[in-house]
Amino acid sequence: MGDFFTVASLVFVVGSGIRLATPFLLAGLGEAIGQRSGVLNLGVDGVMLLGAFGAYWTIYETQSPVLGVFVGLGVGLVMGVVYAVITVGLKAEQGISGIGIFLFGLGISDLLFQKQVGTPFPIRGFGDWHVPLLSDIPKVGEMFFQHSVLVYVAFALVPAVAFLLNRTTFGLNVRAVGENPAAADSLGVSVARVRTTTILMANTLAGLAGAVLSIELGIFQQNLTNGQGFIAIALVYFGAWRPVGVMGGALLFGLVSATVLQWKTLGLVSGAASSLTAMAPAVLTILALVVISRTVGQPAALTRPFERGH
Amino acid sequence: MADHTVPLLELRGITKRFPGVLANDDVHLDVLPGEIHALLGENGAGKSTLMKVLYGLYRPDAGEVLLSGEPSGIATPADAIDAGVAMIHQHFMLVPTLTVAENVALGLADNGMLLDTTAVAGRIRELSARYGLHVDPSAYVWQLAVGERQRVEIVKALYRDCRLLVLDEPTAVLTPLEVDELFVTLRTMAADGVGLIFISHKLDEVLALSDRITVMRDGRVTGETTPGQTSKGELADMMVGRAVQLAPDRPAADVGEVRLAVDGLRVMGDRGLESVTGCTIEVRAGEVVGIAGVSGNGQRELAEAVAGLRQPTGGTVAIDGTDVTGQHPSRVRAAGLAYVPEERMRDGVVGEFTVAENLILVDHDRDPYCRRGLLRLGAIADACRDLVARFTVKTPSLETTTSNLSGGNIQKLILARELSGEPRVLVAAQPTRGVDIGAAEYIHRRLIDERSSGTAVLVISEDLDEVLALSDRVAVMFAGRIVEVMDVADATVERLGLLMAGTGVEEVGAA
Repeated sequence: MGDFFTVASLVFVVGSGIRLATPFLLAGLGEAIGQRSGVLNLGVDGVMLLGAFGAYWTIYETQSPVLGVFVGLGVGLVMGVVYAVITVGLKAEQGISGIGIFLFGLGISDLLFQKQVGTPFPIRGFGDWHVPLLSDIPKVGEMFFQHSVLVYVAFALVPAVAFLLNRTTFGLNVRAVGENPAAADSLGVSVARVRTTTILMANTLAGLAGAVLSIELGIFQQNLTNGQGFIAIALVYFGAWRPVGVMGGALLFGLVSATVLQWKTLGLVSGAASSLTAMAPAVLTILALVVISRTVGQPAALTRPFERGH
Repeated sequence: MADHTVPLLELRGITKRFPGVLANDDVHLDVLPGEIHALLGENGAGKSTLMKVLYGLYRPDAGEVLLSGEPSGIATPADAIDAGVAMIHQHFMLVPTLTVAENVALGLADNGMLLDTTAVAGRIRELSARYGLHVDPSAYVWQLAVGERQRVEIVKALYRDCRLLVLDEPTAVLTPLEVDELFVTLRTMAADGVGLIFISHKLDEVLALSDRITVMRDGRVTGETTPGQTSKGELADMMVGRAVQLAPDRPAADVGEVRLAVDGLRVMGDRGLESVTGCTIEVRAGEVVGIAGVSGNGQRELAEAVAGLRQPTGGTVAIDGTDVTGQHPSRVRAAGLAYVPEERMRDGVVGEFTVAENLILVDHDRDPYCRRGLLRLGAIADACRDLVARFTVKTPSLETTTSNLSGGNIQKLILARELSGEPRVLVAAQPTRGVDIGAAEYIHRRLIDERSSGTAVLVISEDLDEVLALSDRVAVMFAGRIVEVMDVADATVERLGLLMAGTGVEEVGAA
């Protein structure tokens, strides 16, 4: 039985925690953008599955991880168009539409996988990119600067999304549309255009999140995400609709998951206890949401379709 | 104004139909540059529809909109802004979570990719100085009082160089002092050549402010006049279509023992701040006490705490000497309280229920409506038919869905239900808000009758005229406390206005 509290073990936990946080972070950032404009997308998990399969299959066929990433993005974008047509164009109820998208993604990704691939076959990913100089710092380099390029991209998106929301005209429109679409409309801001754009962004990021998941794991299987998209939605609430908050939530979730994995690896927990500890991240999320999340900060027009003159 | 022969705005023969309703029927209206044109009418007279046609929110079935003699071509709000038309809606079109500058910047055509609120803030300061509109560009809108929010709306319009400004019931939420300030600003704008459409149903204000008055009723224009040629009574008749009694007769009060005693009450508001901060007031049998105040000074929380809908954090509420502080609403009602809530569609009725179901909402589990857990439909229908007739609720049937009734009839329905239990104390919050003059006249009479028959009546209203017309004693609420109570004979609009604005509160507090 190993000891969890060794330097090497802790360095490993932090490093893999960051890696595990990445899909949550990407999907959560996208969802945050969508929700700030008043659109709840419960279909994130389904879009992630489609993105994951799209990337996996592309790399399986072409051996090109770069192409895989682009296919993941593209699949997300297409699903964004579908969701935008349903919720903005047809003004359908967002909760139900999102569940529909989830079930669609869950079913289609598995069907295509069975048809086109069948048996799980590992694919090649990006490999770790060591940041020059920084990665040579003992311990710190190992934890933060020896990751796949996708990890750096995800974390770089945090300030980028914050800047987009807070410092650009588009971001002002997004925030206004999420809080009081009638006010935005009365000043000539197109609610439909803003929401369509945020839905496309949100779904593209969800597709990327899925691609990151399958590329990092190197495999695809039925329900690969195992509900990660839903947790990403919870993290948006946890993070009070702010990119940095979402990042905090994603990291917390990643670190707890990594800790549980490490415990198992070290044989600190076994049997039934192991299955119980595997629940820890989910339980922690619920507790954190109960304790931390406030409804203050929730976009006032969240889930409400906009119709002029009502 | 002499050389302005071409009207700034001309509405010619505007007709707009909705299923089953003719909202605008061949309406003509024109506004000259620099003119303040009042549009007077009851709810449902078609004023808002007309303005929505002008602003591009609705497309008229017939008629045309001309701006400076040319077809306006306005089809969307964006077109309206480009054409120099601005509208201040009754429910402000502001985003509370954004700053004043961000609200003003929203949707500006010359916004670049990056947001530059410092330039916007600079121009806001210029405009505020010029028009006497004090606003802080960096404040968040949710932090502002209602009067300040309205100034932000006006700044928004000025910032976009509007030539024509439509104000929909702008004074409904203001203190008398703020109304005076608003009028100064509007006159300055008119002097600069801006045309103003001032929508209101307050006759005094219309007479004081406007150059011309157009009155609408049932979708049609029923008269056009000037303040010099008309009177309050004549305008009211044009609005309603019959002679109206503006203030109810109030027989001498026969005041008895204290029925409702609120002592040092403290209540939290929705934002987690204390909204009622030690409120003390008594209402005795046979009198109406009216609470005047600007909205947001704790009136809503006070009413809800008295009715048992909000848990107080301190102080007591007693009905007929029974302490009911923090008790369940059913216990408070059992002690003799009847409650007409401010938000009638949210707290007063279940919109999707039928008229009959709403009428028995309080007593549905008791004899005669219910025996051994079963509803007695026959007895319910009989009782409801009687109530509908007695309170003149206009409804096609008892089975009509309540949300299809007009605001006035829904309010009568609530009153019928609340008064049928023969209450000891009646609390009525904003009893005639959004209710047409005819129904308001009836509701006022009912409230006075109730008081004359010995009920203690507490009326909470933001409408000063209403408070003065109904009350035997007038209390002013400011910052969560009753700052002064006076006999109605001593209450003047000026005095109440100062108290409502918090002026002189220190002296009162010290006394």
